[in-house]
Amino acid sequence: MFTASMNFDLGDDINALRDMTHRWAQDRIKPIAAEIDKSNAFPNELWKEMGDLGLLGITVPEEFGGADMGYLAHVIAIEEVARASASVSLSYGAHSNLCVNQLKLNGSPEQKAKYLPGLVSGDHIGALAMSEAGAGSDVVSMKLRAEKKNDRYVLNGTKFWITNGPDADTLIVYAKTDPDAGSRGITAFIIEKTMAGFSTSPHFDKLGMRGSNTAELIFEDVEVPFENVLGEEGRGVAVLMSGLDYERVTLSGIGTGIMAACLDEVMPYLAERKQFGQPIGNFQLMQGKIADMYTALNSSRAYVYEVAKACDRGEVTRQDAAACVLYASEEAMKVAHQAVQAMGGTGFMNETPVSRIFRDAKLMEIGAGTSEIRRMLVGRELMAKMV
Amino acid sequence: MKVLVPVKRVIDYNVKVRVKADGSGVDLANVKMSMNPFDEIAVEEAIRLKEAGKAEEVVAVSIGVKQAQETLRTALAMGADRAILVVAADDVHHDIEPLAVAKILAKVVEEEQPGLILCGKQAIDNDMNATGQMLSALLGWSQGTFASELDIDGDSAVVTREVDGGLQTIKVKMPAIVTVDLRLNEPRYASLPNIMKAKKKPLDEKTADDYGVDVTPRLEIVKTSEPVARAAGIMVGSVDELVAKLKEAGAV
Repeated sequence: MFTASMNFDLGDDINALRDMTHRWAQDRIKPIAAEIDKSNAFPNELWKEMGDLGLLGITVPEEFGGADMGYLAHVIAIEEVARASASVSLSYGAHSNLCVNQLKLNGSPEQKAKYLPGLVSGDHIGALAMSEAGAGSDVVSMKLRAEKKNDRYVLNGTKFWITNGPDADTLIVYAKTDPDAGSRGITAFIIEKTMAGFSTSPHFDKLGMRGSNTAELIFEDVEVPFENVLGEEGRGVAVLMSGLDYERVTLSGIGTGIMAACLDEVMPYLAERKQFGQPIGNFQLMQGKIADMYTALNSSRAYVYEVAKACDRGEVTRQDAAACVLYASEEAMKVAHQAVQAMGGTGFMNETPVSRIFRDAKLMEIGAGTSEIRRMLVGRELMAKMV
Repeated sequence: MKVLVPVKRVIDYNVKVRVKADGSGVDLANVKMSMNPFDEIAVEEAIRLKEAGKAEEVVAVSIGVKQAQETLRTALAMGADRAILVVAADDVHHDIEPLAVAKILAKVVEEEQPGLILCGKQAIDNDMNATGQMLSALLGWSQGTFASELDIDGDSAVVTREVDGGLQTIKVKMPAIVTVDLRLNEPRYASLPNIMKAKKKPLDEKTADDYGVDVTPRLEIVKTSEPVARAAGIMVGSVDELVAKLKEAGAV
């Protein structure tokens, strides 16, 4: 374990939250992280534990069972979960931010009262479905159709790459209510797993983030009552956009958690592994590696934490939300790459955590928006202020 | 019954301990500190007694620097009802010796009148293993040390002690002091809602002077040094060579 990092002065509450999450994740998740990866199955008992610890509703008001804290708190929690297992943290983020926080931001009082308590306690699992096989970065081109028939909507089509898809009880799903209206023809729905005609594929076999269950969602004449529209009809893109900045910032914590995990593995190895009669950490090339890894971790933390604080003040900008996740994700991939390199042949073995972390880190540059889309967003936002 | 739980703020067990360059002690500047793990077990046991209806109130007390209030907040987040901080030092490197701690605790006991004191068998920083026993002597109370099981039965407590070669079960009269060992229980994780609630629980702040106890050290630390590094082993080819090497090293 690597503990020699500077104190970011985040306050007593956040420090206590980090301590608690760190201990729990190191005790309960880290020992099974390799098995989660190998079996490609999420340990569902963790949901209830996370619920009991109050991790599932960090940004939710107390009246719905939440902790009523902010995005900085959420970033710290997801970082410490990711430090133990990135795949668990991805499922955790899909539940607690993508689903729960979207309900908090956009749900009616009735919808919040109906869905949030079960999600916050961990009795229900949440997901959010945006992407389709033919609509990834170009999300507005989605094809899932929602037709109004009498007193309800009828959904037909599919969603793809949906985190927690096979397990989720409550899903936020975007569909086209008016295929000719472009971005104004999309509506957000709250879907329950038990609705007739809803099914999921078996979970996918992925390069990394294994055990964070991902699947295709299949809608065959799924009837959804009007009261399950999240926001307003035709305003789905507004719902989607309302959460994206917060999603980017929260998921940045997975990147910092991956980097922290790399140092946790590499530092003791450099002290213990001997070549040429001395610990390899004595060699300057190795010291250069850890210097770069440490710099990447703490510069990412500094940026991510500041953007999260801006979220809590209600001052976040789209370019900073996109830039912090772009940076933390690409640095995480680089650091994971160097972690494998630092550990040489040992790092290349599947039983060492860094090889798993290396595969997991790749998702950070692809999922929840590719690096290309994030760069495009930052550049476009910056130029928009000049013309 | 009221349970008093003394807790100590110590260097976190994950931290690699560094000796100060002048050998006067361990470097504690900017080092992660936590509640002594044995004290955490004591807090957990006290909360379990309360949950089982055998105790009405759990009071945590810490003696040391002002930052020890973080440690007390942890105890409150786990479920203690209130806390007392006795500020007795302003430098994190100033460790209060067991006798001074026991004397202050004896005064706290006088004020609080607990029926049971639960504390860690020792703190992982200095490994003195003395405070509980000294407090027992000062108060004239029964003591059960190294507890791996505890059962409160009316005005007596049955304590299972981890001793060399096995377990010893003793019955002590209450009020009593029980110092706890590693296997007594597994402390809970403080939940996020309880961490937030802990901020609103009462935390009284006192000083060593309030209790009229002199905390000036009686022990002089002559030297602190890192454990000697283990020398690398060698492969020997035969028994003769082994014996020769042992003779050479003066071991036989």
